[in-house]
Order: sequence, then structure tokens, then C-alpha cells
Amino acid sequence: MKIVFTTKGSEWESAIDPRFGRTEYFLVYDEENDELSSFDNRAINDVAHGAGPQTAQKLFELQPDVLITGNGPGGNAARVLGSANIKIFVGAGEMTAKEAFEAYKKGELKEF
Amino acid sequence: MKIAIASGKGGTGKTTLSTNLALLLAETEKVILTDLDVEEPNSGLFIKGNLIHQEEKFKMVPQWNSEKCALCGNCQKVCNFHAVIQLVDQIIVFPELCHSCYACSELCPTNSLPMIPQKMGELREYQLDDLTFIESRLDIGQEQAVPLIAQTNKYVDEKYSDEIIKLYDAPPGTSCPVIEVTKDADFVILVTEPTPFGLHDLTLAVETMRELDKKFGVVVNRYGIGNDDVIDYCESEKIPVIAKISNSRRIAELYSRGSLLYREIPAVKDELVKVLDFVKGNLARGEM
Repeated sequence: MKIVFTTKGSEWESAIDPRFGRTEYFLVYDEENDELSSFDNRAINDVAHGAGPQTAQKLFELQPDVLITGNGPGGNAARVLGSANIKIFVGAGEMTAKEAFEAYKKGELKEF
Repeated sequence: MKIAIASGKGGTGKTTLSTNLALLLAETEKVILTDLDVEEPNSGLFIKGNLIHQEEKFKMVPQWNSEKCALCGNCQKVCNFHAVIQLVDQIIVFPELCHSCYACSELCPTNSLPMIPQKMGELREYQLDDLTFIESRLDIGQEQAVPLIAQTNKYVDEKYSDEIIKLYDAPPGTSCPVIEVTKDADFVILVTEPTPFGLHDLTLAVETMRELDKKFGVVVNRYGIGNDDVIDYCESEKIPVIAKISNSRRIAELYSRGSLLYREIPAVKDELVKVLDFVKGNLARGEM
């Protein structure tokens, strides 16, 4: 199972970025191989319009099973993610990635 | 003659000035007031005319036709606004992000993205004696004001000669919609308030108008609040302060009821006359 977090950094201790479209990083955890990697999304700051669909497209390419984020994607991004078979969990906006992962494991995060 | 009323900061009195100026002028000549703040037009709250014309406005957006599509990804590469994206075996179009540039459609090798009209808003035209009032209103959910502003400008220009005085109530700010409203104006009136916020946004508006090489002057509204910094700034930058409308509770009361100011408050009428004399004087001297 591959889990992606929207984060403000590239480590387990990094805070979750509550925004989807303008998230600074994607933190990618591959459960099977216990591997942690990240994708730097900060170039999105230069995009005035359409950040949501663009970030959603990046996420799509990472092919995760689960997305863990804060506020949840907006309308345009949700349309893109709707075409992918990704489970989205929200409400982790004030946690670190590690805390969010634990909360997800315990079933404490709300499905979008 | 085209006169745009803009501001930088919102809530400084663009609509107050536009509507009062238009109706005062209409007492002696034909005037056209166009509300181009299409995201939230409110001049209409102060003008009770007869509806004489109404039309829907459309913008062109691509629509994906999956049958012929070769999934080459060219469309998403050429779109600067991320309005078209490819997800493996499908193309998704976001009409609200589309700027109707036709690039994806024209450059599609299989013609799989024909452009179709999508409604974005409505234009209404009212008549009140010698005042023609036109307003356009963007539909809820539409993100772009510029195409509707451009089409409204076109409507006004095709229907009415530039011999008539045309006033334009602009949106606040200094971004694309404001550029679209002011770029063809002969004169721009910048309405501000004498506060730090007013000054900050006025300087941005001044920079914008200078970049556009526009003739402009400043009207200070709510004069008496804040400080003298706006007046000092205009002096040092050699920007004419055309009029000063004093801050008063009575004005706020009249405004909140949708009433005109100049019929009730002679001092406001005096300031409006100053604005008209200044703009017309500039025109007469061929400075525009």
C-alpha cells in the first residue's frame, strides 16, 4: 500500500500541509518496502490559477492508494482525483506526518 | 469621451462617484454609465431605470471528444492555464480556468477539442431620461471577469458614439479586470480615502496608470479622516487632486438607502462639478 501525505517537508516529523493544491511537498510512504520518499511541489507557488488540477495530476502520477491531507481538495482537484481510485482522508491539518499516519491507522481520520 | 472611475483600494467610493456623476451630468446631456465591476456590480442599486435590453454573454471553451482523440497530450502542453489536463486515457477540461485562447483546439491533430459556447453572464441595459445605464453580471462560479468586461465594452462601443460621455465604474485593485476597463479610457479618476490603506493602494493604482500611459487625477473621498499623507503624496508626485468629498454620517445614511448624494448635499454637488469641470477642461484644451 502506498500512502501520500501533503506536507511542509520531506520527513516523518514534517507538519501536514492542510492545503491540497498548494501543498509544499508530497511525502510518499511505501508500506510494503517501508520506504519514505518525497516530491517537492513548491514550484506551484508560481502558478496563479489551476493549482488544484495540476497538483492532482502530480499525485495521480505517484499512483498512491491513499491520500492523507488537511482540508481536502477543492472542486477542480476533486474532479481529477475522482477519476483515480485514491482514498482521501482529511482532518490531519494540525498533525505531523507521523501523527497523521498513526491517526489513520487507528481509523481516526475522516474519509473525504 | 471615456472616463473610467477606478481606485486601487476597494470601498473608497467608486460607485458613489460614478452614479452621482452620471446622474448629475444627465441633467444636462446624454451620458452612458457602464458598471464593469462584473463580479459585484452595484451601481444599479442607485439607478432605477427602465430595462430596455438584456442579453446572455458566452465564452468559448473546448469540449473533449473522446472518439478521435489520440491521447498525444499536446493540449495540456500548450495550455498555459492548466485548464486542460490529461490523465492516462482521458482529457479533463476545466472551463472556469480556460482563457478561450483556442490553442488546445487549434493545435489538436485530431480535432478532438472543438470550442463550444458556455454562458458566463448577462448584460442589461436601462434607460433613465438622458442616462443610459449598462451593467454586466458574471454568473456564480465563473472565475474570469476579463472576457465579460471585454464583451461589454464592445457592446457599448458598437452601440454608442464616443462623442457621448461614457463613464465606467471599474472593479477595485490593479489586476487584469482593471486594466481591461482602463486601457481605452481617455481619463481615469482614482478614488481614494486619506488613510494608510488608501494611500498604499493608491500608489499601486498610480503606478499602473503610469505604466498604461493614462491621464489621471485623484478624488479624495471621506476627506477629514486619517491623515494628510494622500494629499502630500499627490503633491509630491504632481498628481492633480480634483475634488475632496468630506466624510459625513449623512452621506453614509443616504448611501445605505440607495439615495443619490448631490441632490441632498450641496457640498457634494460642488465637488462633482469640480470633477466635471476638470475633466471637460482637459478635453477642451486637447490634453486627452
